[in-house]
Amino acid sequence: MVGVCANNNVQQRWRKMHSGNVRLDNGASGGPMAVSEPQGMHPVTPEYIDVSHGPILYLEDVTVSFDGFRALNDLNLYLTDGELRCIIGPNGAGKTTMMDVITGKTRPDTGSVFFGQTIDLTRLHEPEIARLGIGRKFQKPTVLEQLSVFENLHLAMEADKRVWRSLFAKVSPQQKERIAEVAEIVGLQHHSKGLAGKLSHGQKQWLEIGMVLMQNPRVMLIDEPIAGMTHQEVEKTATLLTALAGKHTVVVVEHDMEFVRSIARTVTVLHEGQVLAEGSMQEVQNDPRVIQVYLGE
Amino acid sequence: MWRGIRAAQRRSYNKSALRRSVAARRDLNSQPIWETTVLALIRSDRGGAILLAALLSLLVVVPIANLVVPESSVFHLSSYTVTLLGKYLCFALLALALDLVWGYCGILSLGHGAFFALGGYAMGMYLMRQIDGRGVYGNAELPDFMVFLNWHELPWYWYGFDQFWFALLMVMLVPGLLALVFGWLTFRSRVTGVYLSIITQALTFALTLAFFRNEMGFGGNNGLTDFKDLLGFSLQHDGVRVALFACSALVLVAAYLFSRKVVNSKFGKVVIATRDAESRTRFLGYQVEHYKLWIFVVSAMLAGIAGALYVPQVGIINPNEFSPLNSIELVVWVAVGGRGTLYGAVIGAFIVNYAKTFFTGALPEVWLFALGALFVLVTLYLPRGIVGLFDGWRLRKQQRAAAVAQDA
Repeated sequence: MVGVCANNNVQQRWRKMHSGNVRLDNGASGGPMAVSEPQGMHPVTPEYIDVSHGPILYLEDVTVSFDGFRALNDLNLYLTDGELRCIIGPNGAGKTTMMDVITGKTRPDTGSVFFGQTIDLTRLHEPEIARLGIGRKFQKPTVLEQLSVFENLHLAMEADKRVWRSLFAKVSPQQKERIAEVAEIVGLQHHSKGLAGKLSHGQKQWLEIGMVLMQNPRVMLIDEPIAGMTHQEVEKTATLLTALAGKHTVVVVEHDMEFVRSIARTVTVLHEGQVLAEGSMQEVQNDPRVIQVYLGE
Repeated sequence: MWRGIRAAQRRSYNKSALRRSVAARRDLNSQPIWETTVLALIRSDRGGAILLAALLSLLVVVPIANLVVPESSVFHLSSYTVTLLGKYLCFALLALALDLVWGYCGILSLGHGAFFALGGYAMGMYLMRQIDGRGVYGNAELPDFMVFLNWHELPWYWYGFDQFWFALLMVMLVPGLLALVFGWLTFRSRVTGVYLSIITQALTFALTLAFFRNEMGFGGNNGLTDFKDLLGFSLQHDGVRVALFACSALVLVAAYLFSRKVVNSKFGKVVIATRDAESRTRFLGYQVEHYKLWIFVVSAMLAGIAGALYVPQVGIINPNEFSPLNSIELVVWVAVGGRGTLYGAVIGAFIVNYAKTFFTGALPEVWLFALGALFVLVTLYLPRGIVGLFDGWRLRKQQRAAAVAQDA
């Protein structure tokens, strides 16, 4: 039942909002394929993320201020489906606020945030956005310390996450296998019974990346993945993130320029809540404005 | 298309899973994670197993010692002691209920006594209707206090309480409903931590004041008392007292197993995740408000049941049961026993209440100071309570054994 009706209330909301032109083909084919790719011009299908124009995330004219300080200032940012995007910028440039806006933690004062062409993220709450397929790794690794590595991954796993389902949920062999698979990807296969709180800082980072992976998200927002990692771990992270791009849209916020250089295809430089420059690492590095505010320091 | 890819991925897991599952089965069985049967529930829960064994042996020994052993024998247990133990069992159930929300979900409710008292009042109302004309005023319809207040008919909210099943339903529904409304309003607004504690305290205080009023129709400051029968059996009878004790013990055992099942389930893990990292849990896709609400309501219902078992044993329920002090004492029981373990809460309730019985008998003026000192000491030196102390010993013993093994 993984992911079949995880977003029932979201679906219902969409049905209500778009009752005129909704194609309700749920249940026609049953199973996880219930929401099929819509045909025609712009049908609005619940849970279907319309990326036919290329971008998967649209942030347009987004402004967020805290007590007069504009953390985001008319930010415009588009993320193409399946790309690996690095976002850099000095402290206070608005990187974390941008993630907060996308994941529903912070509501923008003005502007719009769309997931695909049809889903308005500013109307949804954090859990709904997470279930739609936007996973997030925090800057400070946030794992569930009192639970085992296995339980951390299991809770993150894409599933029906409503109360009654959780009460009677059992771990199926397939799920176990998937959990073991991800544990291996993030190098924690020998720690799966240990408490997450006992892991080293780098391992916690890995575990959190693993948790994002378990959610099987369309978009992965990865905030400072390599803090506290050894050189080998950094290399492994770079390989992993590069491999994930394509299947997922991966957004990496990182301070470590060496690391960014090693994985980046497109780099966006944020400065004072706006996009200062965007392009390949080469282009961005040679941009005089970027040099002035950031790299030149 | 995306969906298609996902489904295809899933199918491929399925196939390889089938192939490997035979080989993996032994491995899987040797490490049950969230299983269903009672035995499996306790297998990994040593403290719980010991507790349940103790409760079940009490269940056998106490009735025999009271009803069979002659009064002249040293092994005879007086009815007073039986009722006292029954009272402790009710408190233990209440502590268990609080541990679910506080120990596992991190909601420090300082008003759980309110749910206990509401359950108690619901049972008290049934017991009042059972008096049935044998009161001082001999009114078959109205309880004495209503006759005294010159009321001429039963208020509408007393209807149905002459039926035992209805009273039982209300014992759970009334606290559950209050918890539902209260929890829905507070959790939805993301009120947490000390603010939530203060509001729960205010809730129980407001109820104290309300129930003190005669106009409420619950007997004012005298509350409900002078009970005669329960289901037609005299409450004064030794056999009935033993039966009530046995009921309390059985309900506690059942509630323990139920709570253990809940906290061992995926639901329980989500609740723990909410306690430790609420926003992380939201970003994993869980509607944490619903989880909190569910466990809060269930806990309130358990507290209501505890109250309902308590009232026929002590023979009175009055607004003092709502007093904020009771709810705070309850928190001390759980803290002393060790929160987040379930059995710790039960043990804490027994120990602190035994101490209370002892001190209020021997040195009544000392009790409140002792209680305060106990709380301070436990918070400072035993943050994980008494069971934490034992767990610590066991852990150190294991570590020593491991060190010895390594040296050898």
